[in-house]
Order: sequence, then C-alpha cells, then structure tokens
Amino acid sequence: MAHEEIHSDVHTDAFDPSNVTNPEHAQHHIVTPMQYVLVYVTLLVGTAITVLAAYHDMGVWNPVVALFIACFKACVVVLFFMHAKYQSRLIKMTIGSGFFLFIVLITMTLLDYISRSWGMW
Amino acid sequence: MSAHTIVSLPDQSTAKLPKVNYINAEQGILSWLLTGDHKRIAMLYLISITFFFFIGGAFAGLIRFELLTPQSDLVAADTYNKFFTMHGIIMVFLFLVPSVPATIGNFLIPIMVGAKDLAFPKINLLSWYLYVAGGILTLAALVLGGVDTGWTFTTPLSTHYLNTHVLTAATAIFIAGFSSIFTGLNFIVTIHRMRAPGMTWFRMPLFVWSHYAASLLMVLGTPVLAIAIVLVALERIFGIGVFDPAKGGDPLLFQHLFWFYSHPAVYIMILPGMGVISEVISTFSRKRVFGYTAVAFSSVAIALFGFFVWAHHMFIMGVSNYSALVFSLLTMLVAVPSAIKIFNWAFTLQKGSITFETPMLYAFGFMGLFTIGGLTGVFLGSLGMDIHLTETYFIVAHFHFVMVGGMLMAFLAGVHFWWPKMTGRMYPESLSKLAAVTTFIGFNLTFLPQFILGYMGMPRRYAAYPPEYQVLNVLSTAGATVLGVGYMLPLLYLGWSLKYGAIAGNNPWQATGLEWQIQSPPLTENFTETPIIDYEAYDYEWLEKKTKDEVTTVG
Amino acid sequence: MDNAIVDTHEVHEHVSLPQHRHHFETEEQQREAGSFGMWLFLLTEIMFFGGMFFAYLLYRNWYYDAFAAASNQLNVPMGAANTAILITSGFFMAIGVWAAEMRKRKMLVWMLVLTTVFGCAFIGVKYFEYKEKYKLHHIPGNNFSIAMFVSPQNYPQYPDTYAEKPLMPDMAQKTQVFFFLYFAMTGMHALHMIIGIGLLFWLTWRAWRGDFSSGYVAPIENFGLYWHFVDIVWLFLFPLLYLINRHPLN
Repeated sequence: MAHEEIHSDVHTDAFDPSNVTNPEHAQHHIVTPMQYVLVYVTLLVGTAITVLAAYHDMGVWNPVVALFIACFKACVVVLFFMHAKYQSRLIKMTIGSGFFLFIVLITMTLLDYISRSWGMW
Repeated sequence: MSAHTIVSLPDQSTAKLPKVNYINAEQGILSWLLTGDHKRIAMLYLISITFFFFIGGAFAGLIRFELLTPQSDLVAADTYNKFFTMHGIIMVFLFLVPSVPATIGNFLIPIMVGAKDLAFPKINLLSWYLYVAGGILTLAALVLGGVDTGWTFTTPLSTHYLNTHVLTAATAIFIAGFSSIFTGLNFIVTIHRMRAPGMTWFRMPLFVWSHYAASLLMVLGTPVLAIAIVLVALERIFGIGVFDPAKGGDPLLFQHLFWFYSHPAVYIMILPGMGVISEVISTFSRKRVFGYTAVAFSSVAIALFGFFVWAHHMFIMGVSNYSALVFSLLTMLVAVPSAIKIFNWAFTLQKGSITFETPMLYAFGFMGLFTIGGLTGVFLGSLGMDIHLTETYFIVAHFHFVMVGGMLMAFLAGVHFWWPKMTGRMYPESLSKLAAVTTFIGFNLTFLPQFILGYMGMPRRYAAYPPEYQVLNVLSTAGATVLGVGYMLPLLYLGWSLKYGAIAGNNPWQATGLEWQIQSPPLTENFTETPIIDYEAYDYEWLEKKTKDEVTTVG
Repeated sequence: MDNAIVDTHEVHEHVSLPQHRHHFETEEQQREAGSFGMWLFLLTEIMFFGGMFFAYLLYRNWYYDAFAAASNQLNVPMGAANTAILITSGFFMAIGVWAAEMRKRKMLVWMLVLTTVFGCAFIGVKYFEYKEKYKLHHIPGNNFSIAMFVSPQNYPQYPDTYAEKPLMPDMAQKTQVFFFLYFAMTGMHALHMIIGIGLLFWLTWRAWRGDFSSGYVAPIENFGLYWHFVDIVWLFLFPLLYLINRHPLN
C-alpha cells in the first residue's frame, strides 16, 4: 500500500462508515431464566394440547391443528431458546431463507405428485 | 493476434521471489497437512483435483476409444457402463464442483475482501480431508470393480437391479458433499462478516459475488443429495421400499431429491467460473466490468432460480404434464441471468484496450462455447424438444459445452491468471497460448459432432450404436485426442514454471484488486496492515494514479 | 465453532482473550462469525431432514389407512413423555447458556449434566420403543409381519390393536412404508442426539475446568443452537408419527 499509516482502531466511523466489520451489535441482550421458564411451560402446554386434540375427531382439521401447534412451538424455540429474536437481521434472514427453501422443496415436488397418481390420493 | 501485451514484469536480472511468503513460512510436510492457511489448503486442493481430473480424463479416453467402432468390441457393455459412471462421478463431484471454489476461491476470497484468512480455517482443512476421503472411497469403488449406475444413480436400477459397488460410491459422494458444504459455509461467513473497512458489498470483485452465490447453493442444496443417497443406501441394505413400487414406494421420488441438488449443482460448478471470466475480461480490456450491479445480482438470481427448475431433468421420467409445463416455463427464466452476464462481458470488451494473453484466450473460448452450450440448454428446456433430444448425445454435447467449453476453460483461465500470484512465477506465454488454441480446436472437434449425433438420434450411455453414426463418432474421438494433448500441456509447463518461470512481481497484469497490491506469493497473513478501501472495484484510474506515485522496490 | 468470545461490555477493548483467533479483528466479529456459521450448518440440517419429511408427506397421503393403523401401534404416553423430556433437556441447555454468560461455572456444569441426563433418558425410552417394535415384527425387512393389521381381531392381548379395523392385505403391506419412515426419521434424529450427547460430555468436562466461565461462551451457545434444533425436529416428528389418527374411526 502506498500509505502506511497505522490506525489504532480501523473500526471507527471515520474509516468504516458502512460499519462492515462490526455491524448490528447483537447478542448483548441476555435472556433471563424467567423468560426461559415461561417458554418451557408454553412448550409443555402446547404438547398437552396436541395430544388432547389428537383424541378429538375434528375431521380434516386434525393434522392442521397438530402442525400449527408444532410450528408455534418451533417458533418459540427458535425465537427464545435459540435467541433468534435478539440476533442480527442477517441471522433472521438466514433462518428465513432456510425455511423458504424447505417450503420450495416440499411444494414444488408436491406439484408433480398432486397432478398425477390420481387414484392414490 | 496483436503483439501488444500488458504484462509488466520486474527486471529479471535482479528480481527475486520475496524472502518470506506462505510457501516457505513453515517447513515440513506436517506444516502443510495440518495447516490453517487458506492459501496452502488451496494448493493442496489444486494438487488433488488435478490428480482426479486426469483419472476422469482417462475414463473419457476409454469411452471415446470404445466409441470408435459401432460394436461394443473394446469392452463389454457392463464395463462400458462403468467407464461413463466413473467418468461422471469423478468429473462432477471430484473435479468440477470443487475446481474453482476450493482452489482459486480458497486462495483469493480472503485476500479479495481484505481478510487475513477464511472465517473457519480448521473447517477449511477438514473440508480438504473430507474431499480426499471421498476421493479415496471413489478409487476404492473403482478398484473393487466399479459402479455402473451412471453418475445419476437412477432408481430402481441403482437400488434393485445392480450388484456393483453402489454403496461405496454413494458413501464417497456423501462424504465429498460435506467437503462442499463446509467450503460454502466458510465463504458465506467470510464474505458477510470479514470484509475490510470500506469494502462494501458493491466494491467487492465480481469473483466474490459469484462465489457467494455458489456457496448459497452448496450449503442449501447439497444436504438434499445427502438424504437421497442415504435413502438409496437404506433401500439397498434393508429393502425398506422407499423407492420400490412393489412395496408402495415411488422411484421418481429419488429423482426429485437427487435433481433438487444436481440442478443447482451445475450452477455451483459454473458460477465461480463466471466470476473468473469477469476478472479476466476486465483486466485484459483495461475496463471496468459493464453493469457491475447487473452482473452481481445476476449471480444471485442464477442461484435463486436454479432451485426452481430441477424437474427439467425428469421430463420423460413420469412427472405429470402439468408439472413438466411449469418446470419448462421456469427453465426459460433461469437462462436470463446467464445471458445478462454474457451481454455485460461483451459490452465490457466494447471500446476496451484488448490484449490476448492466455487467460483472455480462454475467456474468449468461454464466451463462445458457453453461449452455444447455454442456448442448447434453452432448446432442451423446451418440453417438446426435450422429449426427442433427452437421453441422446445432444444432452451430452450440451453439458460438455457448458462444463468443459465453459467451466473448464474458465478454470484454466483462472489458473493462468492467478498463477503468478499463487506461485510468484510466470508461465511460458507462447506454450500456454498453443495449449489454449489446441484445447479450443480439440474441444470443438470432439463435441460439435455430438450435437448432430444426438439430433440424429444416437442414444447416450450406449457402448454400441448403428453404423451410420460412426463417422461422427470417429471425428469426436479424434477431437478428444487433440483435447487430451491440450490438457497435458499446462500440467507440464506450469510444473516447469515453478522452478524456471520468470519472476512475476506483485502485479504482472497491472490488474485492479487487493490481491495484486500484495507480494507474489503472498505472506501467510496476506496483509501487513488491514487495508482500507475507499475506491470502487475495477478502478483502473485509481490504479494508474497509484502506480505513478509508487516507488517500485526490487525483490 | 471453537472460537468466539462474548463481550458484555459496550467498550471494545483490544484485550486478547486466549481463544481469540488472529484472523479476526475483534472478539465480537469472531463470536458473530461462529454463531452465523452454526446457523448455516443448521440450514443444511433442515434441508437434510426435508427430504424425509417430503417422503412422509407423500406416502401418508397415498396410504392413509395403513399409516393411521401403523401409527396407532406407537405408544402415545411414551412419545409424549419423550417430548416432555426433550423439551426439559432443551430448557436446561438454555439455562446453561445463561449460566455461561453470567460466568457461573458450577451452575453451567449442573445444567450441562441435566441436559445430558434428560438426553440419555430420551434415548433410553426410544430403546424400549424400538425393542417393542422388534418383538412385534414391525421392523421393515425380512421379518416384517402384517398379521396385526390384516387380522387385528386375533390380538385381544393388545387392546389398541384389537379395536382397529382390519386392513386389506395390499394396504396392510404399506404399513411397512410407515415403519421404514418411522425408523429412518426417528433413527436419524436419535443419531443426531447421540452425537450431541457425545459433545455434551466433552463440553461438560471443559466447563468443569472453567473454560466457559470467563467470557468465552461461544461453544456453549453454538452447541445450544444445535441441541434446540434437534429438539425442534422431534417437535414435528411426534405429532406426525404418533398422532395421525387417534380419535375413534367413524
């Protein structure tokens, strides 16, 4: 490099205006044990509801309810146990893209099956 | 060709390699085998993929040798099946997928973003060991008697009708897949979180953008291949019935899972090559890449759309007509970003100061051959055409045009372009030009006849064929011989240059980019000082001003 | 995964903790990179399990009656208990992360031990479930038997089976598809748990040595991410495998 200045802190705004190296000071929020206890109880309650609902005949809604509760529990675990709620936007987008692609796999493959094998469904 | 060249080497009578660099920083084989230095790992990869390339190439030679005559007279049909399977597995998984990312990408990505190393050096090393393990298992499958499923492992052939070493080969690919995942993971984290101050997303070289897009595909797509392979293994070992119609399974399910990865895989293979071409074309036209933003976004668009088109590999396999229609339409869409790149490279060339050093020769080859390959891909994406052309030599020609005419040329362009940076030495230019032209001629002679063969109806993966196809097959084999010579040459002269090549200096191409601002070969920690970026990518004016102000030091 | 340091202070002092890797400029960068890397790895796991979830979706719809009957062979109390056990294990892991952030060495060790104990309990219950399936010839392969599905009335000693409607033989054959998916999905899940338990032993030992109670939290945090993910997979497996059709058939 032509200029050999020594910068004691290259991560200040003067040299790093777009804050590339230290974006979004995440992870400083520490989830309290009480929050964890609430989440824990929620998960157990959700499990109980799932089991009880399974023994009631709700016709076509049974799998919908079961999956809905499972998704809710998964969200709670991701947001709180895995701290996603307090993480940077990058992490949130990463999680979102994972689920997006999972949905693409399921729906686009289903697209094929649902439009053939008529007798099987 | 013009005699004008932009190569600018230091005075050879006094030039020396830098005293300390990543190659001589530590001595001993263990310092290489246990290294965390991304540059050393890149070199380890370069040696191993070259090794596997020539084995895969040997199988290609055997295939072409058999196809000289219409009868299956060189080997039995089953053995021929093993030839094309091993050729495919080795070339796809052990050569093309890691070629640019694991060698040139590993070497350059940290330097290009201004970092000292990748985010996870140990995982980088692990990725190489996984690659080697996958490679050894593949060789084991070969030595034990080979696999004859085709590299696509199509069910129910691979699960129910063969007793060759499918499991060994499948395990090999499973392990090699993790190598790919870890490389991609490393790149994504490095590019997001380790850029130097001032290195915004839109100041990065386009090489980095294309590796970012390819890494997304590696991380998200490869696991689906993994589960497909696991299910094949379970089917073979336990007879679980997941792909067995007699037990209620659907063989097509395997293909959905396999191609969900394997279509994005072709973009994993080509995107890094496109990144190389962006760098090479810019440097040898002395002009910034036209439409930087469009090229950057088109890389990500290719990655995204690449996930939506996989069933175009399954049009004749029994997918529903409606689904085939949807996938055909989406396939038309995915061609657009690739075309954008070709247009932008062409406009970069326009009114540029073009010189024809070897990397540029390969880049021109890429542009022509990839365009042909890509356009034939559009023909194949069209449902009506595909019904007739699929499983013929048209497909074989198509993917060899994009992968060999495209990707392999881009790989060679990259190796030649960054050879002086990686080794500190220049290769012999006239010999390299000869090799480039030889490969171009050999390639066209090999694969253009195959388009005609396919259109005329010659099926792929057949050891024997009707005699009317022989002339074109002989032409193709002749071309393959020339091609083989063209590929041997770089192995020889690049090896020669390590000891006898001219000293390259920091920036023999007078190129922009952080990698050309540091010594050749680089120090282990890349930079002595964290670089601060306050200029755009491909800023040739900045470079000119800087070189004028700079005092050139010797050695 | 093995490098990152938590920085609970706002001021970024360039004090080098022993685990600071020098290709990172700051400890916070190192920690963020490690966490991001772990999330990317979990994405690969989502896509890996995704293939099997699709196979389940497909075959459950194609062979609903067989799946329902086969699902009723699974033990809901054991499954529900296992769900609760795994949720509890995750809870202790989360508290463990908090303990590491608060630099409480003994509490962290206890939490890791409890996480491990409940994880092992889960595997233990699964062992009993698998053993039962083995005894009843419900493991896919050469020993698979559809007798209990074709003629449930012959099994008064199993009241749940006895109450089922008999299936036609060709539909009864498809129960093997259910059981293959059951073993493949819960087996893959159990494999991930066993790997996790192995890692837990290592982490517990290091935690006892004090490696994670002086500001270096990343391995605990990142392992926590992995452990919670494995938990989430089970949260979906339980209703999908055990609770397909538990209400009396009309």
